[in-house]
Amino acid sequence: MSRISDPEYMQPTEEQDRFWILFASPTIWAIHLLACYITAAIWCAKFGETESAFTTVRIAFAVYTVVALAAIGWLGWIGYQQQRRVTDKTPHDDDTPLDRHRFLGFATLLLSGLSAIATIYVALVAVFIGSCD
Amino acid sequence: MNRVHSVLRRWSTRWLFPIVALMLGGCAGPQSALDPAGQGAEDIARIFWIMVIGATIIWITVIGLAIYALRLKPGPHHRRRSGVWIIGGGVIAPTVILTGLVIYSLAFLPQLLARPPEGSLQIKVEGLQWWWRVTYLENGEPDFELANEIHLPVGEPVEFLLSSPDVIHSFWIPALGGKVDMIPGRETRLTLMPTRTGTFRGVCAEYCGASHALMNFTVVVEEPEDYQQWLAEQRSPARQPAEELTILGRELFVSSGCGACHSVRGTDANGRIAPDLTHVGSRHKLGADVLPNDRASFERWIRHTDDVKPDVLMPEYHSLDAAELTALAAYLESLD
Ligand code: HEC
Ligand SMILES: [Cu+2]
Repeated sequence: MSRISDPEYMQPTEEQDRFWILFASPTIWAIHLLACYITAAIWCAKFGETESAFTTVRIAFAVYTVVALAAIGWLGWIGYQQQRRVTDKTPHDDDTPLDRHRFLGFATLLLSGLSAIATIYVALVAVFIGSCD
Repeated sequence: MNRVHSVLRRWSTRWLFPIVALMLGGCAGPQSALDPAGQGAEDIARIFWIMVIGATIIWITVIGLAIYALRLKPGPHHRRRSGVWIIGGGVIAPTVILTGLVIYSLAFLPQLLARPPEGSLQIKVEGLQWWWRVTYLENGEPDFELANEIHLPVGEPVEFLLSSPDVIHSFWIPALGGKVDMIPGRETRLTLMPTRTGTFRGVCAEYCGASHALMNFTVVVEEPEDYQQWLAEQRSPARQPAEELTILGRELFVSSGCGACHSVRGTDANGRIAPDLTHVGSRHKLGADVLPNDRASFERWIRHTDDVKPDVLMPEYHSLDAAELTALAAYLESLD
């Protein structure tokens, strides 16, 4: 039995649809922002006088950013797969479980794109600002 | 058609021209970020204009497309081509433009935040409700103090050390550069680089209580020789009164207890709560840039302090009669 013809797969119930993936990407963006902010604040307060303090902050930003972008990218991929189920014709505005499923996927994809850009903007600050001052 | 014409004409002479003139009037003058006289302000004005031009182009494009879609070619549009517009104009273009703008403006930050070279002029400024305590530093040590007025030599970087003993204020000289908050318990810094001479206006840019709007200061950017002369005058102790009137004024200053709050260097008045009055007569304005500096204003300030500045932290002196008030004002005026 191919997956497409599996009726359960075709028609995910409300319980089966993962609503949380919709806002997972923006949440990662928020956590990334907080992590960067707190790291820079604490590190600069404790070691702001030393030359290497900001290098450490930059490395931390880089690590957070790679992790965040990987997670957001993965979520975006899930969303993309989900909205493509059966056919990738938008819009998904029929009142059916399948269209709800695909709508959630499409919204997840778009929000992941937005979150990825926002995360990069946060990281850009550390590229241009070179010291704790 | 004629009616429309005359309505339009009436409308523009009554509203459009005055409003445009009023708005453009704000672009020049001693307190304009669009008429820069310092490096930071020049950078900020450039960013502003680039954003204005960019925003105008985008606005015209979007409105143009809306007119095209609604008026020039109503009805269904080619699905594929509309999709290109939606993705290209709605997703890709904003991302590219915003990224460009973010990078462009971020690139200015290090320059705006940079510390000046070692040995540059340093001035400590404290924001208080509702005036500015200005202390010129020499090798990091206090040299002399004044209030509500700052003089700077043109073409030299200056570093301001900013703080506040009461509430949050914000130090801003729009013609010279960006603004920086003055936060109780912390010292913030701002480097400015005036590029032309002139008299400018600084303001408090963070609401700090009843008379926040009456908390301004004068900034004089001058040639190095004039600046050095001003420094020498400000460093020196107060001028001794020589006339009968001003001598009486000094006695009244002492007997009224002004010295509990105010300092006049060279006399017993050494209060630390209020503006240093050693050279108050030399200032451009009185009361943090709210009154002109003349005898009548001194009288008004002493008698009607709270009218001039609501909630001011200086008591009004109603007990002085008119002659005494004049003498006191004459004494303060003579402190140049
Ligand atoms: C309780 C403290 C106090 C006393 C006493 C006091 N003042 Fe003041 N005075 C202040 C404060 C505070 C300010 C700043 C007010 C402001 O601008 O918000 C001020 C401002 C001034 C200014 C304006 C200074 C400037 O830089 O423009 C003058 C002039 C002045 N006082 C004169 C007097 C005289 C004269 C007396 C005595 C008759 C006197 N003051 C007594 C607290 C005091
Ligand atoms: Cu204020």
